[in-house]
Amino acid sequence: MSTRRTPVSPLTPRRSPLLTGLMLLFLVYTLVPLVWLILSATKTQADLFSSPGLWFGDHFAFFSNIKETLTYRDGIYLRWLANTLLYVVVGAGGATLLATAAGYGLAKYRFPGRRVVFAVVLGAVAVPGTALAVPTFLMFSNMGLTNTVWAIIIPSLISPFGLYLMWVYAADAVPQELLEAARIDGAGEIRIFFSVALRLLAPGIVTVLLFAVVSTWNNYFLPLIMLSEPKLYPLTVGLTQWSGQATGANAQPVYNLVVTGSLLTIVPLVIVFILLQRFWQSGLSAGSVKQ
Amino acid sequence: MAQVVAQLASRKAVRRTARRTARPPAHGRRWRSRSDTKGWIFVGPFLVVFALAFLAPIAYAAYLSLFREQAFFGTREFVGLDNYVDVFTDNKFWDGALRVLLFFVVQVPIMLGLALVAALAIDSARLYASNFFRLIIFLPYAVPGVVAVLMWGFMYGTNFGLAADVNELLGTSIAPLNKSWMLASIANIVTWEFVGYNMLIFYSALRTVPGDLYEAAAIDGAGALRTVLSIKIPALRGAIAIATIFSIIGTFQLFNEPNILRTLEPNVITTYYTPNLYAYNLSFGGQQYNYSATVAIVMGLLTMVIAYVVQLRGSREAM
Repeated sequence: MSTRRTPVSPLTPRRSPLLTGLMLLFLVYTLVPLVWLILSATKTQADLFSSPGLWFGDHFAFFSNIKETLTYRDGIYLRWLANTLLYVVVGAGGATLLATAAGYGLAKYRFPGRRVVFAVVLGAVAVPGTALAVPTFLMFSNMGLTNTVWAIIIPSLISPFGLYLMWVYAADAVPQELLEAARIDGAGEIRIFFSVALRLLAPGIVTVLLFAVVSTWNNYFLPLIMLSEPKLYPLTVGLTQWSGQATGANAQPVYNLVVTGSLLTIVPLVIVFILLQRFWQSGLSAGSVKQ
Repeated sequence: MAQVVAQLASRKAVRRTARRTARPPAHGRRWRSRSDTKGWIFVGPFLVVFALAFLAPIAYAAYLSLFREQAFFGTREFVGLDNYVDVFTDNKFWDGALRVLLFFVVQVPIMLGLALVAALAIDSARLYASNFFRLIIFLPYAVPGVVAVLMWGFMYGTNFGLAADVNELLGTSIAPLNKSWMLASIANIVTWEFVGYNMLIFYSALRTVPGDLYEAAAIDGAGALRTVLSIKIPALRGAIAIATIFSIIGTFQLFNEPNILRTLEPNVITTYYTPNLYAYNLSFGGQQYNYSATVAIVMGLLTMVIAYVVQLRGSREAM
């Protein structure tokens, strides 16, 4: 942020306890559900019903809950976790790679048909993802792809929004002169992309990757309709299945496992966000210097 | 990522003014035609997958929407646009469509308003520990939507959960999962999930306002409120338009929240509570694939039209 205003005395307002107090209310609203989740994960199923929501129960069952979550039904939770990781690594990783290459190609080459690609992809940004899910299911079931990991991975590979971001980012971040220089040195186009452009695009790539990771980790609708085999479920669908167990004819409520499983599902993403925070902030400032 | 989004919005504006003041040198000659078609090497892989995962399903759905299953013969009959006529006269479809429209009209302004206030407060330099506020308020974005719904769903419960505690404490009988409260309860979940994300979009846009503008305003004797109204809000126009469009798309495809809460209250949330839920239940509950595809297409078109209208209005205002 080169234009970031520096604290000059007449411009630096006094800190306001009133405003801070109001924002604290906001903070409480944000945190109450998370605190509730953490506290609930320490309770036995019986305590969940008998103890106040925002305090501990009679028994501290946090570790036994975790153990039970990970071992319930032969450790299906770990299987769901592994599936989620597979979908995230292949889906979000692939989506980032495709979007980066395509965004770079669109920004740095003027080939015939470029405008058509632009129009089609920009139109696609406006298509609601879930409106597409039912048609995709119908098509995939005709192709015999439903109930396989490909049914989840293939749709995750496309991120029109990621392409758009990379395109705008690449236009500014990769100087045309640098590419020309590399060409004069005799480097091929693919080699230029991997050895010159990728490094310059890194902050943008991290941003697109983060975006893709969040959307694949959170993906619920697509796996819900594509998969009928519980062994292929990601965490999101698995958890709702456990939650659904509480009602119906053969109700077997496992509320404590749903709560603990939910908490465990949140943790990796929160860690990723905090770890990558510095990256997207550097991406931000790198971009604004150019303005 | 919100930062980048906001930045794109503001960068676009910067570029627009730049274009007005100075025409950039003609690019054409510098591009060597030799390497031009090589662009397909990079765009090609994306387009192949895009065609398979994006264009083909749309085309297939459009094809399906022109046919109807024959219950007795198990064959398909070409019916032209009959399915579309049916959708437009289908009370269940309109029930859901009007519900998401109501949701959009009420929830989106509240959410974006809260996000705007939070962004202005964090940007104002009047807050203690503003970085901490920013991080925590953004945190729910990292919580998977499914987990958010499960969490709130439990908390709304009158058996255990916070609703029970509140009722006991105040002697009330609030039941957030009641028919009359359900939509508001869903709106609260969505607001909780996305207010921080929108706050970050607004906050990042505010950061790109040059410092001299504030200095000039201070010299002119503008107070805090005046600065907000005359500098900050106008600077946020692009970001507000982008956040609104994202919210429209999100609202019109509302599915996760009602579908998961349906397991708690199947009598309150109907199979056609939102158009997306309707399309889903037509396919998976009723095997009416052709009609389901039609509902999906109509809903996609409606979303695009509304997003386009809002965008058009937004850009006209910005001019």
